[in-house]
Amino acid sequence: MPAPSLVEIRDLNFTYDKRPVLQGINMTFPKGKLIAIMGLSGCGKTTLLRHIGGALKPTRGYVKFDGQVMHELDARGLYLMRRKMGMLFQFGALFTDMSVYDNVAFQMREHTDLSEEMIHNLVVMKLNAVGLRGAQHMMPSELSGGMARRVALARTMALDPMLVMYDEPFAGLDPISMTVIGDLIRSLNDALGATSIIVTHDIQESLKIVDYVYFMANGVIVSEGTPDELRACDTDFVRQFVHGEMDGPVPFHYPGVDYRQALNLRA
Amino acid sequence: MAVVQTIRAIGHRIVDTVWRIGVAARFFFLTLLYSGNCLRRFHLVIKELFSTGVMSLIIIIVAGLFVGMVLGLQGYETLKRYGSESALGVMVALGLVRELGPVMAALLFASRAGSAMTAEIGLMKATEQISAMEMMAVNPIARIVAPRFWAGVISMPLLAALFSAVGIFGGYLVGVVQIGVDEGSFWSQMQAAVDFREDILNGVIKSVVFGTVVTVIALFEGFDAPPTAEGVSGATTRTVVTSSLAILMLDFVLTAIMFRGA
Repeated sequence: MPAPSLVEIRDLNFTYDKRPVLQGINMTFPKGKLIAIMGLSGCGKTTLLRHIGGALKPTRGYVKFDGQVMHELDARGLYLMRRKMGMLFQFGALFTDMSVYDNVAFQMREHTDLSEEMIHNLVVMKLNAVGLRGAQHMMPSELSGGMARRVALARTMALDPMLVMYDEPFAGLDPISMTVIGDLIRSLNDALGATSIIVTHDIQESLKIVDYVYFMANGVIVSEGTPDELRACDTDFVRQFVHGEMDGPVPFHYPGVDYRQALNLRA
Repeated sequence: MAVVQTIRAIGHRIVDTVWRIGVAARFFFLTLLYSGNCLRRFHLVIKELFSTGVMSLIIIIVAGLFVGMVLGLQGYETLKRYGSESALGVMVALGLVRELGPVMAALLFASRAGSAMTAEIGLMKATEQISAMEMMAVNPIARIVAPRFWAGVISMPLLAALFSAVGIFGGYLVGVVQIGVDEGSFWSQMQAAVDFREDILNGVIKSVVFGTVVTVIALFEGFDAPPTAEGVSGATTRTVVTSSLAILMLDFVLTAIMFRGA
């Protein structure tokens, strides 16, 4: 029997400034799975993530999280739903005026009545899980990009969310940090029994860890499947994306006037 | 056509300004509405009091000392013409407590603490820290804005009082120590002429109003800044310019209400 879904997206349309950003998106995110949404920059991936978080209201359709339609919730209801979510931002978005320890403790202090002693133990456990127990007194400005992402991951997991969203978790990382972050995403998802959504265009790293992939282009889903299915897929777009080919359905040249015409040459 | 375009541009500008004032007023209202959390957890306000108040001490003390010394020098030169050098203490004290203390401290506060608040919140927005807080189900107005607002409102009258006190000391140094005005008359005439309610309390009211206005402008500009380097720098500039103009205009209005016919 398939796992019940935690997030359901049906006929999601979003228009910004008369420009259609998302068109008729249908997706299902079963509980416990790690699912990637891939596509080129500007194809609507982050906009989709913002809809799941309830930060944007769709023009048509809906996002249902844990049985609730997100855009129908009032501010209080939205905040209650967000307590069940965690989000890792592209560059970590750590609070720069707080230490690593305080960043991880932030949600515990805001949303729970736990004693400082209990919070201390939880923070140390979360930081230990990402290998940064020894960095708890450092400030975000003292961390490398990879360390900042790991601290942000520990902060995201602070209250053991049901759903974790990752916005470009591999962006700007060196190969070692990339592997570390990828492994942590997979192991933490499995350890917590959470559901994870990764928005990325880093195909090689994400295909190693995810269960299912949605490919997006120009606001629509162009392909979907398991990593093995996508590696074997012969769709032009997917092949170009997976193998990093320079030209194809996504053209190398930005549309413009004819080359000869641009050079003022006669035919 | 040029005339129509000019009128249209002016109209747009007026509508934009009115709309922006409305948004800022709503922001102020929301800040008050969501202040309960930070007033209950007062350590959040104390932390901000350090960065807005304590970190502004040096500029306030140094500026206050020099303004007081200038007042002492200029006041002595003027009063000497009428043989009233002994009233130097009164002149320095009234000038500082009624006007220069609240106004100068507020202008310095806007430049030092106000611009820092705008830049900090603008950068928090640009680096997605505010979005991260919203995604953690924490209201950024309650957690980021409200503590800073109350820190500004509390620290401004204290800084203005300190500015006036240091300024009076500067006037004393120049008038009594350097020039040789009688120390007894300097202090006794000041004590006799400065009224607590009429002068000091009105000065405190002015500084509370200035503190509120400057802090709201600084926080609103930061919160409303486009999340780019250019956007943050523009917002910081607007904070200093708008706050300074607001302080000077409000000072006239408050002075007219408080001291007319006094």
